[in-house]
Amino acid sequence: METKPNTITINNIEVAIEGERNLLEVIRKAGIDLPTFCYHSELSIYGACRLCLVEVVGRGVTAACSTAPRAGMVIKTETAQLRNMRKINIELLLANHKRECPSCARSNNCNLQDIARRLGVSEIRYKQTEKTLPIDDSSDSIVRDPNKCVLCGDCVRVCSEVQSVGAIDFAFRGAKARVAPAFDKNLNEVECVNCGQCAAVCPTGAIVPKPDYDKVWAALNDPEKVVIAQIAPAVRVALGEYFGCKIGENVEGQMISALKLMGFDYVYDTCFSADMTIFEEATELLERIQNGGKLPMFTSCCPAWVKFAEIYYPELLPNLSSTRSPQQIFGAVARQTLPAKLGIKPENLVIVSIMPCVAKKFEAKLDKFKRDGRPDVDYVVSTVGLAQMIKSMGINMMQLPQESFDMPLGFSTGGGVIFGATGGVMEAALRYAVEKLEGKPLEKVDFKEVRGMASLREATYNVSGKEVKVAVVHTLSAARKLIEKIKAGEADYQFVEVMSCPGGCIAGGGQPINTTPGFRQQRASGLYSADKTRRLQKSQDNFLVAQCYEENYGGKPGSHEAHEALHTRYQNRGQIFDARQNVLCGSAEKKLPICVTICTQQQDCNGQELLVGLVGFVKQNGLAEKVDIDATFSSRPQKEGTIGITIGDLVLDMEDYSIETLGQAIKEGIAAL
Amino acid sequence: MQESMEKTTAMIEHFAAVNRILEKHNFSAAKLIPILQETQDVYKCLSKEVISYVATSIGVPPAKVYGVATFYAHFSLEPKGKHIIRLCDGTACHVKKSHGILNALRSHLKLADGKSTTEDFAFTVETVSCLGACGLAPVMVIDGEVHGQVQPEQAVALVEEITRNDAAEQQ
Repeated sequence: METKPNTITINNIEVAIEGERNLLEVIRKAGIDLPTFCYHSELSIYGACRLCLVEVVGRGVTAACSTAPRAGMVIKTETAQLRNMRKINIELLLANHKRECPSCARSNNCNLQDIARRLGVSEIRYKQTEKTLPIDDSSDSIVRDPNKCVLCGDCVRVCSEVQSVGAIDFAFRGAKARVAPAFDKNLNEVECVNCGQCAAVCPTGAIVPKPDYDKVWAALNDPEKVVIAQIAPAVRVALGEYFGCKIGENVEGQMISALKLMGFDYVYDTCFSADMTIFEEATELLERIQNGGKLPMFTSCCPAWVKFAEIYYPELLPNLSSTRSPQQIFGAVARQTLPAKLGIKPENLVIVSIMPCVAKKFEAKLDKFKRDGRPDVDYVVSTVGLAQMIKSMGINMMQLPQESFDMPLGFSTGGGVIFGATGGVMEAALRYAVEKLEGKPLEKVDFKEVRGMASLREATYNVSGKEVKVAVVHTLSAARKLIEKIKAGEADYQFVEVMSCPGGCIAGGGQPINTTPGFRQQRASGLYSADKTRRLQKSQDNFLVAQCYEENYGGKPGSHEAHEALHTRYQNRGQIFDARQNVLCGSAEKKLPICVTICTQQQDCNGQELLVGLVGFVKQNGLAEKVDIDATFSSRPQKEGTIGITIGDLVLDMEDYSIETLGQAIKEGIAAL
Repeated sequence: MQESMEKTTAMIEHFAAVNRILEKHNFSAAKLIPILQETQDVYKCLSKEVISYVATSIGVPPAKVYGVATFYAHFSLEPKGKHIIRLCDGTACHVKKSHGILNALRSHLKLADGKSTTEDFAFTVETVSCLGACGLAPVMVIDGEVHGQVQPEQAVALVEEITRNDAAEQQ
């Protein structure tokens, strides 16, 4: 038989090569789902798990993921030898894996378990290794159990390739090889931005979202407490996947019923505060455009992006919108208004967030979002966590009647709903800003140019003679690329939306794990359909938000009251990795941390001089016991955003300061401890 | 207090030396391994501070640099001794009882379990998998000098000689 051009033969069937990067893609196209751990179409090819082994006739056994398809190849995917090899590989992985399957968070949703079952592994002929590496639960967002890790490297690659962070990597080698943060530190001490994409690609239970639902059950069971929930837009189009719904199906109504059954007193919608975010953020944008403020303005809804900027681009922090994220706006509004509205004691109000995101867990715990020591949002449960709670109670969610959100914090427009998809915040903001700039009702509310899944979308709008240039990026690697272009002067915008997770919140680190091609688009279209069916599409038409402003926040966005309650500030985390040396260590219980950066490349760096001066100052003034002074060393000059001095939360540029002014700041910092 | 200020000054000088290595390699991430090698030559080991400093300077995540530094046996995160003894424990040397030499050296240098460097940082004893001189088994290398068909007593004698020379030099 003559082979047709550009086809390969897979198990006696001819399959065309249509631009696939590797044999695996061609084989999967032919309907054979070869097992893999380390292969993700969005990541680089690694070839570590040795499960996609195939026989190329004349060439022998090879890994399909790392073999380019060539015309005329004859492939066998299922010989006795291949079956045996795959089985041995799985057995070896299982012998190296902490097998506590029934109590594992990923039980029933575990690639390792699934493949072992598929291949019919009934016994493990190898001795179980005794791994007892410590579990790292230091992060607010995820829990890492290295004893369950199969070293596929998916987390390492997603962190460095998709997010351009690289907080975890392989360390050591051979039997000691493991995935670890730098210096085996805890994850909360390194540059992890808490996005949770590592948990989304982990094939086992080695990285999982941090479960917080025990505390929520405790609050629900406490008769004193009034427990309320806010639900983020992306949750409603993904939760159903756990209950047999098709991808992207909106289960809003059933989800509300389930929460009510669980004992939540009121169920509200984060889309309400997303609308409110647009009031504030778009107002801020217009103000910056009209009054020559810092541009481009970047969105600030995504806590992983905010932390990324705080670590890598501290010099851009003034460009971030100071508006709080919808989760935190909801927290602030609910704390301020609900006790009176519901007639309850403020201390009895428990605010729970249901989020598609694990970075939101980190955000909610930040000190800046606490009032009198109490966080605005008490607990954050991920979509996965909510599914677990619903299932553990035995609720058959899809058979429940559909209920609606409680008012007033449950009313939203389509603008708030689309916040969950990449481009959504931009589109909602454009609906607001264009209408305000033109001064007449906006006819066409769809801004389709900013939708989609391309990593960068740009658009220019001519609004009453003014050009408004915008850009939307998702994934932090795309954000980094764009920022570098902006810094190099190759790009210029007024407004940039950044979401950390590929596709936006709909594919956040707390969402159900899904590897179906196109699942992001399907979830996003679930949100865009919800936008269409909402009574109103423009955030500015949300009359209950307007009423909320009237009653509580000076009647309009951007007011003094709104700035107090609905805006935030950012923290420079640029020194996180600089080499460090403690110079003075006080003995008091509460100490003010002071850090002086010495640039070793800059000849005229006055860091050392200031360091000596500051040490002298605190000693002379009897403050030495109340401070911790560190020197950090950097080869990056200050103009690249390297920070000079931090005194507590205060970040100062070195050049403009004298010992006297710094001393004053130290005194104030100590007084505020 | 005084001491730590001196440490800071010393670190500034250290990093100036690292800067020279970095400059030589153009702050290039692709030159990570030569940069680490040359840095280790200066400091005898790669401290956390040095790894952080190199990583931030060449724009590679510290976790990756840590991974490289822990992958290669050549790199050490612990300070090593003045004299480095590499004892071959490849198949040929192992059969020729290299273990006896290792035990003799460890007990002579009073090395506690899990330690490879003496407390006065005079000696570091390491085993390597093969030095490629199997005909001379068992083989030992002290400070780059190869000794073949070594007996335990002979190894200890070599170490004693170095200790004597060091003491004489100090006087």
